[in-house]
Amino acid sequence: MQRHLISAADLTRDDAVLILDTAEEMARVADRPIKKLPTLRGRTVVNLFFEDSTRTRISFEAAEKRLSADVINFTAKGSSVSKGESLKDTAQTLEAMGVDAVVIRHGASGAPYRLATSGWIDAHVINAGDGTHQHPTQALLDAFTMRRRLVGPDAGLGKDLDGRRVTLVGDILHSRVARSNVDLLHTLGAEVTLVAPPTLLPVGVETWPCEVSYDLDSTLTKSDAVMLLRVQRERMNAAFFPTEREYSRRYGLDGDRMAKMPDHAIVMHPGPMVRGMEITAEVADSGRCTVVEQVTNGVSVRMAVLYLLLGGAEPAVAHARPTEEK
Amino acid sequence: MSKTLIRGAKVLGGEPQDVLIDGTTIAEVGSGLSAEGAEVVEADGKVLLPGLVDLHTHLREPGREDSETVLTGTRAAASGGYTNVFAMANTFPVADTAGVVEQVWRLGQESGYCDVQPIGAVTVGLEGAKLAELGAMHESAAGVTVFSDDGKCVHDAVIMRRALEYVKAFNGVVAQHAQEPRLTEGAQMNEGVVSAELGLGGWPAVAEESIIARDVLLAEHVGSRVHICHLSTAGSVEIVRWAKSRGIDVTAEVTPHHLLLTDELVRSYNPVYKVNPPLRTERDVLALREALADGTIDIVATDHAPHPHEDKDCEWAAAAMGMVGLETALSVVQETMVDTGLLDWAGVADRMSVKPAQIGQATGHGRPVSAGEPANLTLVDAAYRGQVDPAGFASRSRNTPYEGRELPGRVTHTWLRGKATLVDGKLT
Repeated sequence: MQRHLISAADLTRDDAVLILDTAEEMARVADRPIKKLPTLRGRTVVNLFFEDSTRTRISFEAAEKRLSADVINFTAKGSSVSKGESLKDTAQTLEAMGVDAVVIRHGASGAPYRLATSGWIDAHVINAGDGTHQHPTQALLDAFTMRRRLVGPDAGLGKDLDGRRVTLVGDILHSRVARSNVDLLHTLGAEVTLVAPPTLLPVGVETWPCEVSYDLDSTLTKSDAVMLLRVQRERMNAAFFPTEREYSRRYGLDGDRMAKMPDHAIVMHPGPMVRGMEITAEVADSGRCTVVEQVTNGVSVRMAVLYLLLGGAEPAVAHARPTEEK
Repeated sequence: MSKTLIRGAKVLGGEPQDVLIDGTTIAEVGSGLSAEGAEVVEADGKVLLPGLVDLHTHLREPGREDSETVLTGTRAAASGGYTNVFAMANTFPVADTAGVVEQVWRLGQESGYCDVQPIGAVTVGLEGAKLAELGAMHESAAGVTVFSDDGKCVHDAVIMRRALEYVKAFNGVVAQHAQEPRLTEGAQMNEGVVSAELGLGGWPAVAEESIIARDVLLAEHVGSRVHICHLSTAGSVEIVRWAKSRGIDVTAEVTPHHLLLTDELVRSYNPVYKVNPPLRTERDVLALREALADGTIDIVATDHAPHPHEDKDCEWAAAAMGMVGLETALSVVQETMVDTGLLDWAGVADRMSVKPAQIGQATGHGRPVSAGEPANLTLVDAAYRGQVDPAGFASRSRNTPYEGRELPGRVTHTWLRGKATLVDGKLT
C-alpha cells in the first residue's frame, strides 16, 4: 500500500484484494452489539470537504468513529476558504493542529494529488472524490459489493473479480465514479463495458481498458452487474442529449430491461439516484438493486482503507472471528 | 564614442570572425581587426546572432506589477538575448487607447534594456464587440502596427473581417489568438487521452484550427495579412501550409514550450504546465518543429506570461495559465531545432530575429550582422549545458516549466545599439 489513496489506478491487484478482505473483517464488526474498534485511538482525521456531499462525508465519519479516531469535519462553506484562503493554507493550518490524515473532497480534479505531492503537508491523504477525476473508495465499495453478491462474503476472501462482466451506464464524461471503477475493475480482472450516448463519453475513451457501446439493450444480456450513473438534468441544456425523456428511453433501466439481465445479475447505483431518469422506481426498489447495501459496504471499505493507511501492521480486528480461530 | 571588438565569434554559426562595434553601429566585420581603442570581448567560438525579437511578450504593466514590470520584463529580455519585445495588450487597463500604448512605450524607452513595441488591442477591453481606436494607436508616439486581443480570440467573424480590412490603411497586422470560445468553455488542458484520464476539461485542437481556417479565408477574401499567435497543433500547421500554398498573406508563430513539452506532463497536476493554448501531444510537437524548419511557421515567439507564485502554487483548476519564456527561449530552440539538426544558427537568426522584426515592422532590428547596421547583437555560448535555475531569473516571476531541466546554450552578451545590456551573463 502507498501512503495515500489518490486514484484507484494506483492500487495493485493484491492491494485491492487486501482492502476488500479487510473490509469483510470490518463488516463483521458492524454485526456486534458494540460497533467500535480501538484501532485509531488517539489519531486525528479531518474530513476536508470543499464540495457538498452529505453521504460520502457521513460514511467516512462513521468509519473513522468506529475505528475510534478523533474526527474533525471541515466544510468550505462559512470557513476561511469562502474568504479566499488557498487549499495550501487551509491544509497547512489543519496539519498544524495535529492531523494524521486528510480525507478530501474537492471540485477540482487533481486537488488531492496536489495536496499529497507538493510538500505542503505530511499527513496521509485520502481522496473522497475530486472533480471528474477519481473517487477510489467508491470503486472499492462497488467492487466489495460485487464480490459479496457475485462470489460470496466468505467464498470471496482472497479472490478478485476475474471474468465478471460489469456494465456502467450514463454520464461517463463527467463521472469520477466511472473512471475509478474502470481502473479498479480492470485491475481485479473484470470485463467492463461503458454504455452512454457518444456525447457523454470522453474523447480518448478508446484507450481505456474497457469496451464502449452506445446500445444498452445489447449489453444487458451479457452483464453480471449493471451500474447506473446519475445524469444531471442540467446536461440537457448543454446539448449532451435532447430531452430527459429521450435519455430515459434510450439509456434508463426499467423493469422490462432489467428482465433481460441474467437472473443472478445485480443493479448498482452510487447514489443519489434520479428516479424516473436513469432508473425507474420499480428497478430501484427491487431485490436486485444493491444501492442500500452499497451504502453499508461503504463504511466497511472506508474503515479498511483508514486502517491499512494509518493502522500499520497490527491485526485490524483482534479476535474478530473467534470461531474461525479455534 | 565607445568601441567594442568581439573577437572570434561565429557569426550566424559560420567561421569565426571579428566584429567591431563603434558607437551604436557595427563598424566592421572581418578577420584580424584592430583592437585599438576598443574594449575586447573574446567570443572564443561563441555564436553571434542579431539581437532577438519577440513578437509576443506579456510585460504586465500597467496593472499587474506584482508579476512583471516593463523594467523587470526588459531585463529578462536582455538576459535571454532579446533587443526588442512586443508587449501584449491584455494589461489593466487594456492597451486599447493611444494613452495606454504610449505609457508602455515610454516605460520601455526609460528601461534602456530592450526596445519595447506595444501591441494594441483589436477591440475595446478585449471584449470582441467593438473595434478599438486602431488608427489613433498607430498614430501615437508608440506607432502601433500589430494589433491583438491575445488571451482572447476575436471570435466574431464580422469584427475580425473589419479589423483585417481596417488596418490595411496603415499597413497594420492583426495577430489572432485562435480559440473558438464555445468549444473551450471550462477548458483546462489539451483534449485527448490524458484529459480523459485526468478528468480535466478538454481544449480540443479543432477550437484552434477552425478559427485559423476561418481567418486565413477571411484574409484572402479581403486581401489582408493575418498573423497567427502560438500555433499549437499539427492540424493548424496543415491549414497554414495550405493557406501559404494558395498565396494567402499569413504568418505564424510557435512558442518554445510547444516545441518541447507535451500534455503528458499534466499528469503531475502541477500548474506550472498550465498554459493557453495547452501543451499538446508528441505528434503535434514534431509537426511544429518540422513546420518551423520548413518555414510554414515563420517565427518563434515566447508568449512570456509571468504570474506570481500564489497563482501557480494551488490546485490545477484554480491556477493561472501561462509560463515565463524570455530567459529560456533560445536554449529551448537550440535543444529542439539546432541540436536535432532541423535548423542551423542562420535559421535561428531568421526565425527569432529577422522574420519577427519584419512582421512587426521593427526598424533597426532583425538586420544582418554587417558593417553599417545597428549594433543589436546577441552572443551565445552554444557549447554550454546546464540546469535551469529560476532563482537566477531577471523576471519578477518564476513560473517556468523547465526548473531543474538540463538545456543547452547560454546567452553571455547582449548589445542594444552598441550598449552592452548583458555582459558575461550579467545584466549591466
